[in-house]
Amino acid sequence: MIEQLAGSWNHIIVVILMMIGLFLVIARTNLIKKLVGLSVFQTSVFIFYISLGKVAGGTAPILDGNPDTLYSNPLPHVLILTAIVVGVATTALGLALILRINEAFGSIEEDEIIEAKARESLPRPKRPTGEAAE
Amino acid sequence: MMAGLIINIFLLALLVLIAVMVLRSSRLYAVIVMSGAYSLTSAAMFVNLDAVDVAFTEAAVGAGISTVLFLAAMAYVPADEKPSQNRNLLAGLICVGAGALLLLAVFNLPTLGDPMAPVHQHVAPRYLAESGSALQIPNVVTTVLASYRGFDTLGETIVVFTAGLGVLMLLAGFTRTVRVTPVSSKTASAKKLAGRSKKSSATPKGSKA
Repeated sequence: MIEQLAGSWNHIIVVILMMIGLFLVIARTNLIKKLVGLSVFQTSVFIFYISLGKVAGGTAPILDGNPDTLYSNPLPHVLILTAIVVGVATTALGLALILRINEAFGSIEEDEIIEAKARESLPRPKRPTGEAAE
Repeated sequence: MMAGLIINIFLLALLVLIAVMVLRSSRLYAVIVMSGAYSLTSAAMFVNLDAVDVAFTEAAVGAGISTVLFLAAMAYVPADEKPSQNRNLLAGLICVGAGALLLLAVFNLPTLGDPMAPVHQHVAPRYLAESGSALQIPNVVTTVLASYRGFDTLGETIVVFTAGLGVLMLLAGFTRTVRVTPVSSKTASAKKLAGRSKKSSATPKGSKA
């Protein structure tokens, strides 16, 4: 039981971290916080992959010429290298969107943005926020 | 081996602690710096799990560039999160449910470091055995990234290029004016807002021009 728990410890913690990230994305209305939650989720997936690639007693997959050396699996490392770079690219895109949303609605809180959208679709007498919302 | 295991458990506990602090804090600057710390801690974990290349990249890109991008964006948005409690219960239920299902699956996975796990039986042994003599590059991760899976890297480059184009198009003509909303009565934020309105009055806005 203890052995099983120790062997699966990484995976258990990864599940907890993932769910914290998912909770941040669903429950928080602040867009920056949502994006941080997304990156928490993402990093926990990286940890999961790298944990799968570990071989007990192995070393980093850099060949040293000795045929008896045991190496960890290089394939998950390669996949995650790609994912990290793609992750930062999507983060940058998300942040650019947030800046534009903030410019258009004057808020990065989801509730307030929805409210502002609702106000916009009403037949408007004279909006106090008309200038920047075009 | 034992020391590695203890370090592993300690770092994972630290990650959970940081994630919970991110969850509880409502000051966005603190949240962003903690997410940088989260990335750095996970980079330490990657070293411990033999993924040195990934650790490099995570420390430079995840903890470095990401944090800088977030901080740069924070210059234009309010520094504090407004309290929102309306969806906590439903979201919590969804997360606990999904987490419980995933935990059920966890115990069917091979344990950490199991050399007979299916993930080690597929193409990885071939990469380790052949890449040294075929390509003369000692770092297997580099070989796989640039040679065996070069098309993956091409696709990655296309994604990054597209995202870069997207950012440029979104921010083209981004005026530096910020709607002045009363965030707090602190002198620091008041000074910042004053500086911003001065800047905005110096550059005429597009709608008036």
